[in-house]
Amino acid sequence: MSKINSRDQQSGESKSDSRRDFLKQSAVLTGAVLTPSIALKAAEAQWDEKLAEALEKIPLKLEVNGVSKSLMVEPRVTLLDLLREQLNLTGTKKGCDYGQCGACTVHVNGTRVLSCLTLAVMQDGRKVTTIEGLAEGDQLHPMQEAFLKHDGFQCGYCTPGQIMSAIACIREGHADSEEEIREYMSGNICRCGAYPNIVNAIVEVKKGGKKV
Amino acid sequence: MIQFQYTRATAAKAALDAISRDKTAMFIAGGTNLVDLMKRGIVSPERLIDISRLPLTDITTEGKSLKIGSLALNSTVAENKTVQQKQPLLVQALNAGASAQIRNMATVGGNMLQRTRCHYFYDTALPCNKREPGSGCGALEGFNRMHAIFGFSEKCIAVHPSDMSVALVALDATVVVDGPKGQRRIPFIDFHRLPGDRPEIDTNLLPGELILGVEIPDNRFAKNVHYLKVRDRASYAFALVSVAAALQIEKKVIRDARLALGGVAHKPWRLSEAERALVGKPVSESTFREVAQLAMKGAKGFKYNEYKLKLTPNAIIQALKVASKLV
Ligand SMILES: Cc1cc2nc3c(=O)[nH]c(=O)nc-3n(C[C@H](O)[C@H](O)[C@H](O)COP(=O)(O)OP(=O)(O)OC[C@H]3O[C@@H](n4cnc5c(N)ncnc54)[C@H](O)[C@@H]3O)c2cc1C
Ligand code: FES
Ligand code: FES
Repeated sequence: MSKINSRDQQSGESKSDSRRDFLKQSAVLTGAVLTPSIALKAAEAQWDEKLAEALEKIPLKLEVNGVSKSLMVEPRVTLLDLLREQLNLTGTKKGCDYGQCGACTVHVNGTRVLSCLTLAVMQDGRKVTTIEGLAEGDQLHPMQEAFLKHDGFQCGYCTPGQIMSAIACIREGHADSEEEIREYMSGNICRCGAYPNIVNAIVEVKKGGKKV
Repeated sequence: MIQFQYTRATAAKAALDAISRDKTAMFIAGGTNLVDLMKRGIVSPERLIDISRLPLTDITTEGKSLKIGSLALNSTVAENKTVQQKQPLLVQALNAGASAQIRNMATVGGNMLQRTRCHYFYDTALPCNKREPGSGCGALEGFNRMHAIFGFSEKCIAVHPSDMSVALVALDATVVVDGPKGQRRIPFIDFHRLPGDRPEIDTNLLPGELILGVEIPDNRFAKNVHYLKVRDRASYAFALVSVAAALQIEKKVIRDARLALGGVAHKPWRLSEAERALVGKPVSESTFREVAQLAMKGAKGFKYNEYKLKLTPNAIIQALKVASKLV
C-alpha cells in the first residue's frame, strides 16, 4: 500500500497534467495554419480538454431497463452519473455519492448494488434495472404499490433506492421477520424516518407471496 | 475524480503483467473503497486494472482447509453453505460489515486492503502521516474517539476497519499472493502491519502483488463462535470495538480458543496470550473476566477514546459468554 501514497505524492505532476500540456502544445502546433492568436485562444478555451475527453472515452454496452445501449464513456464516470446525466434516468438519486446512504441503489444482473461506488465501464455487458424499469406500463410493481399504500415515504428522496433494495431484500430471502428486514435494509437511510412504514410495506409484499 | 486509463484483465497473469508495466497503476475489484478514495483525491492512480472478472471467485474445500478466491464477493461468501457450516465466525463477521448492497460488490481481497476510516486520513485539508507522510498525525492530539488503544505509534493511531479480517486473523487464515517474487503465502497475522515509522504502509503485500485468495484451516470451533460488533448504531456503521471469539468446549471445559479484536489497532488484533489462558479453564463468567483483564495488557487510551479501555474487556466477556452459550 505504500505504493499508493508515494504515488500520490508523485502525482502532483500527474499524467493528466502532462497530457493536457501535450495537447495544448499540439493544439498550438496543428493551429499553425490558423493565426497564432486563434490557436492560443483554442488552447485557452480548453478545446484541448474536449479533444482529450473524446479520445479518452471508451465503448460500453449495457442493457438498461430492457433496452440495449451502446455508449461511449470516460472510465471515471460512475454508473450513477451515467444513468442520471447521460441517460436522463434521474429516478436513481444521488444522496451522498460515497456509499453511505443507499439512495443510488440499482440492480445489476438482478442484484442490488450502489451505483455511486461502481464505475460504469466495470459493468460492461450487464443488465441494469433502475426504478424507472419496475412498472409495466401503467401497472406499478407490487413494491411500489405497497410503498404507496403504507406511506413508505415522506419527501421521497430515498424512495427509489429503498424500493430497489426492498425488492432485492425479498429476493435474497432476507425478509422473514421485521428484525431481519431492518438489518438487511440498513444500507438505505431515510432522513424523514419513514422506516416503520417501509418495513410494513415489505412485510406485506413478502406475505402476499407475489414474485418480485 | 481525475482522469485515468482503464484496462480490464481476464486472467491473473495478464493483471500481473499490466501492473508490472505501469508503476502508477492500481487494481480495482469491487471498487467500494477505491472509488470513494479516488473521488476524494486521497488516491489518484493513473491506470486502473479491473480485476473484478478474474476467475478467482471459487470457494472450495481442499484437504483440511477452505479456500476462498480473492474476487469472491462478501455476500457470496456469507451465503455459501460450506462456509456457513465450516466457518460460521467468518459469516457473522462478514454480515456485520457495511450493508447488503456493499457486500454484493465488495470482494475478499478488497476487504482486507480497505483503508482506515480515520477522519484525518479522509480530510485532505488535515494532516495525516498515512495519507501524506511527514505531515503529522492529526488524531494524536485531535478528535480520536475511533482510534487505537493497542500497537499505535507517535506517527499514527488509526485503526483497521475490516470486520472480515478480524475473523480471518482469529481463524489462522493464510493469504496466497502472486507477483514479482512469484507465489507466496502470508500468514494472516503478518498480513497487516503496525504503523511504526511508516504508517503509509498498511500491509506486507508488496507493490505489484495480487491476492489470489485466502485459506482457512479446518477447526473444531463451529459450535461455539461469536462475532460481537459494538458501534454507534445497530447496523451499517464501523466498529468502535469488535470481538471475534471461537471456542472448543468439552464437558464445560475450554479445550481450545481463538480471540481477536477489531477497531482497536492498526491491524486486526489477535489475543494469543488470552487464548492460552482460556485453555483448560471451565466455562464461567469469572474465567472470562480474568481473560479479558489479561487481554487489556498494554492498552492505552487517548483523550476521546478512553471509553474503549472499559468497553473492550466488557465486549470480550460478552462475546465469550455468547460463544460458550452462557447467555
Ligand atoms: C459506507 C460504507 C460502510 C462500510 N462499512 C464497513 C463495515 O462496517 N465493515 C467493514 O469491514 N467494511 C465496511 N466497509 C468497507 C467495505 O467492506 C470495503 O470497501 C470493501 O470490502 C472493499 O472491497 P472492494 O472489492 O470493493 O475493494 P476495492 O475498492 O476494489 O479495492 C480496495 C483496495 O484493494 C486493492 N485490491 C482489491 N483486490 C485486490 C487483489 N485481489 N489483489 C491486490 N489488491 C487488491 C485495490 O487496489 C484497492 O487498493 C464500508 C464501506 C462503505 C462505503
Ligand atoms: S449516493 Fe450512493 S450511497 Fe449515497
Ligand atoms: S422519505 Fe425523505 S428521506 Fe426517506
